[in-house]
Amino acid sequence: MADTRVNLCGIELSNPIIPASGTFGYGYEFAELYDINVLGSFSFKGTTREPRFGNPTPRIAETPSGMLNAVGLQNPGVEKVISEELPRMSRVFHKKVMANVSGFSVDDYVYTASRLSECEQVGWIELNISCPNVHGGGMSFGTDPKSASEVTAAVRRAVRKPLIVKLTPNVGDIAEMALACESAGADGISLINTLLGMRIDLRKRRPLLKNTTGGLSGPAVFPVALRMVYQTAKAVKIPVVGMGGVASAEDVIEMMLAGATAVEVGAENLVNPYACRDIVEALPGAMEKYGINKLTDIIGGAL
Amino acid sequence: MKEAVFEITENRPLTENVFRMVLSGKEAETLRPGQFVNIRLDGLYLRRPISVCDAEGDRLTLIYKVVGKGTDLMSKMTGGRLSLLVGLGNGYDHEKSGGSPLLIGGGVGVPPLYMLAKELKRSGKDVGVVLGFSTKSEVFYEDEFRALGCSVTVATADGSYGKKGFVTDALPEKYSYVYTCGPEPMLRAVYAKITTSGQFSFEERMGCGFGACMGCSCKTVTGYKRICRDGPVLEKEEILWQTQG
Repeated sequence: MADTRVNLCGIELSNPIIPASGTFGYGYEFAELYDINVLGSFSFKGTTREPRFGNPTPRIAETPSGMLNAVGLQNPGVEKVISEELPRMSRVFHKKVMANVSGFSVDDYVYTASRLSECEQVGWIELNISCPNVHGGGMSFGTDPKSASEVTAAVRRAVRKPLIVKLTPNVGDIAEMALACESAGADGISLINTLLGMRIDLRKRRPLLKNTTGGLSGPAVFPVALRMVYQTAKAVKIPVVGMGGVASAEDVIEMMLAGATAVEVGAENLVNPYACRDIVEALPGAMEKYGINKLTDIIGGAL
Repeated sequence: MKEAVFEITENRPLTENVFRMVLSGKEAETLRPGQFVNIRLDGLYLRRPISVCDAEGDRLTLIYKVVGKGTDLMSKMTGGRLSLLVGLGNGYDHEKSGGSPLLIGGGVGVPPLYMLAKELKRSGKDVGVVLGFSTKSEVFYEDEFRALGCSVTVATADGSYGKKGFVTDALPEKYSYVYTCGPEPMLRAVYAKITTSGQFSFEERMGCGFGACMGCSCKTVTGYKRICRDGPVLEKEEILWQTQG
């Protein structure tokens, strides 16, 4: 029997599949379609200290083999997430969830992460220092090793749960960023967030997204994501969570060979709402095809 | 919401760039007026949301305007199967109609009103319909609404057919409630002109179409709403118009 279990920062997952933050809401819509407890975990919609509407629409655009989004961290704020969403989530998902946290200052990150880390359901904090769609926060922390290190260290001191730092691909040297976070106390690295892109409306001769730029995701980014997971896994000793364009069980295996301990699935959930269930179901067959008995055996196998 | 496979049984132009596609699939009977389906197309990543024009038995009718790659691809299909996400959106609430509801549609905002008109006629309502188009060659479905027994007024912006002007120039004096769908400038004009309450169907670029990605959010009197999930139909009283940027 194929053994799909993995261990992510001390927590065992029945399989490495984790829907990525921002593509799975709080899980409710998907729970109408299938029992989402088949997932390893899920990273729920990114939380900030205060409620946010996000960016004006249009926020979405099509691209070759992918999409752009400029949602801009819409969420009801940490207090409402704790009082309303987490209790509702616990009714549809009975495992530990990953809490993706964003902010506009070190203080914001510390506050939101520590509030969420007090919640029993939360297994990991995923520190999002990589959102390309907000100004004065998000990605600006993730493009400078010093800022990344500072926010990681501050949150590390404030939370007792495993801390995974989510990195942006919009940097020159991803290994340097990952090492900075590792030295500052991160327990894991997840990557990639979206690649900064844009489209122009030919009729209006204006950017298609109201925010001008947005984050590219979908199968188009898979090779870039894989390369960055590989470079990161080579550089750090802590676990790496790979994501970016993953759409099949084969993609999951490829990510794990590149050094990922677990794999997040993002945009694919939006076009095929059954994507994560399908991948979980296809995984044992794909493992058999490639002669894999235990999934943990192949982590970093191509390094 | 669920995924369902439909078979294309008919696909033909109604005007120069507006097409009608008829599909067959057993999930058709679950669809309600004002809902939409999200269609997967080969070679395109995101699904394309199209409003339900009619659904009866296993027959689903969609009317769409060719505006981009997705609808262009659809217009060239002669048969085959399509993966649809069905049961999307809240749809119109026909119980609020009163005895003489007025349905106001502009351009490709006309189709979702057809199934609503059918349902309202079935429950014995006196249904008025105002359809707006820019010019005579773009008019479609006037006869279909008449065949249901609705009293239909057509307006064209250039006066080449029916009443000259916009839908708001062709409103009857009396009606009990309004259901409308069309481009946003039309919705704004209707909002300003009507004397009763009503329901407005909105359009927005969507990621998923089922509420997961927050791609199509809007602000309303009652909080943030997702056009795809909490809409596309909003009550007049909850609409907050955004200032044009």
